[in-house]
Amino acid sequence: MSNLLDLIVAGLATGAIYALVAVGFTLLWQTSQTINFAQGEFVMLPAFLMLAVMHLGAPFWLAVLVGVLLSALLLGLAFKMLLVDPMLRHGVLPLAIATMALAIGIKEAVKQFFSAEASPFPSIVPVGDVSVLGRAISLQSLGVLAVAILAVVGLTTLLNRTSLGHQMQAAAQNPTVARIIGVPVERMILLTFLINAVLVALASLLITPIYLAKFSSGEVLGQAAFIAAIVGGFNQVRGAIAGGLLIGVVDNLAAAYVSTQYRAAVPMVLLILVILFRPQGLLGRAEERTV
Amino acid sequence: MSKHGRLLLAALAIVVIGGLIIVPMNFNRYGLYILSQWAVMTIAAMGLNLTLGYAGQVSLAQGAFVGIGAYGAAILTTHGWPLIASLGLVIVICFIVGWLLGYPALRVQHHYLAFVTLAFSTLMFLVFRNESWLTNGIYGISNIPRPEILGFPTRKPLPFYYLCLGSLALVTLAMWWLIRSPWGRAFMALRENPIRAQSLGIDTRRYTLMAFAIGSVLGGIAGVLYAPLTQYVDPVPFNLQLSLDLLMMVIVGGSGFMFGPFLGAMIAVLLPEWLRVAEGYYLMLYALAVIALLIYSPTGILGILDRYLGSRRTQAASALRAAAQSKLEAAQ
Repeated sequence: MSNLLDLIVAGLATGAIYALVAVGFTLLWQTSQTINFAQGEFVMLPAFLMLAVMHLGAPFWLAVLVGVLLSALLLGLAFKMLLVDPMLRHGVLPLAIATMALAIGIKEAVKQFFSAEASPFPSIVPVGDVSVLGRAISLQSLGVLAVAILAVVGLTTLLNRTSLGHQMQAAAQNPTVARIIGVPVERMILLTFLINAVLVALASLLITPIYLAKFSSGEVLGQAAFIAAIVGGFNQVRGAIAGGLLIGVVDNLAAAYVSTQYRAAVPMVLLILVILFRPQGLLGRAEERTV
Repeated sequence: MSKHGRLLLAALAIVVIGGLIIVPMNFNRYGLYILSQWAVMTIAAMGLNLTLGYAGQVSLAQGAFVGIGAYGAAILTTHGWPLIASLGLVIVICFIVGWLLGYPALRVQHHYLAFVTLAFSTLMFLVFRNESWLTNGIYGISNIPRPEILGFPTRKPLPFYYLCLGSLALVTLAMWWLIRSPWGRAFMALRENPIRAQSLGIDTRRYTLMAFAIGSVLGGIAGVLYAPLTQYVDPVPFNLQLSLDLLMMVIVGGSGFMFGPFLGAMIAVLLPEWLRVAEGYYLMLYALAVIALLIYSPTGILGILDRYLGSRRTQAASALRAAAQSKLEAAQ
């Protein structure tokens, strides 16, 4: 029983990171029909950017700051301007394929310019255990969970409580009408790309200390985020959050109780069942787009 | 197309086919291996082109069917079956599994369908890796024999390349016939406007499943050739990446064009080899080339040609119209 609790807490921590990545994924889908197959690589890259800045002798906090800024510049602005904008009007599929190629490009670039080996990465949360109700729970798991929850709460407040958030929702739901009532739709779309870039940088900061910085680590992460987004509901931020947490916990429990060999199958089966019986996702609403 | 254009096309086809037969004769072992791989991947991509390009159903499972075919051939031929018999069994299996995989397509479309098939791909990879009693797990199956075709052994690289090329030719002819048959028209109707297709009496349900099943069979055929080509089969080549690569081949070549997969497979299999002079940078350059191509022409390589021919036809038509106009005015 106590073992179960450990598994669930650890699962929630990974799940919270999946949720961050999945939220960014759904944001891009809603505002600009971009299925970003490079989302996992987007999470892998910022850690290496931060490591590079640290190699130049900068302290950790500065490296994080520069890493987030660079990430916003490269994965937000440049990604939108250079890849998404020219291809968007030609439909979903060519753009999706282009992001697949981008994923290969990012992976190879990191392998070539940084290292093919896994590098350690400093943790923003101190390592150690804390006693909760007589149980030792990893401080790292709690820290990750706390930061991820803060980020998600911040984002939902932005989207639901502020004028800026309402404008973004309008731009996603009906760009034409939004434009008529004076919402700067283009700027709002750019903003979602920047938010995605910051979210993946944050996810990178949280997950890399646990799994090390490696050029290939984006593959698993990207797939987990896709599954989380679909299971929770492709068109809902809170769906993506629920999906992320669910996949994190299910994955961890499957590793312990199913078999290590078929652990990866459990989220897939869950995905197939959700798509077949509730294609709008667990929390999603059918045929409606909201941020 | 004009008579002139058709002659030109026939001449081009003869040159290309002749080139594919004659030029590799003095290739080394590796060159022949890569070229055989191109032929095999083209067959798999043609299957996906039928499912995606003609019938409009997104599938990220084609790599899994190549895996089923490769494992089928590897297991059966190492147990003494002739390759042609294992081909028969693989075709039956892939048809049934592909048909079943088509069922989700009746409920969901587009990215949802992509993810169902993606999940299937991952599940098949896990089966290849974990069911050691059948697939020998991560150690793989080695010493896969190459077949004898009509008494000719194909152990050497050149005869085996000709076997791959010959299979590609047969598949191409079958595809050519299929696309022009009422079935092919029904597939395209399904892609263009499923509701209208249904109202015209096309059984969209059956054709959707059929598009998946036939596309999957071509994946299986490619796999049956893949096993004796590499003579060693393990799970790694059949992970999700293969399905993504095949999808990339179809889109980059030109989805919905008969010869798109040929060019797409050329880009995906041969371009990285040509770029090897760039050493560690070659895959990066490859990714950049694919992105640049897709930005320039999202409909793929044949999309460029199509646009060019289309604009020429428009120009020719307007020239004719102008000539007719002046004649009409002169007559009045």
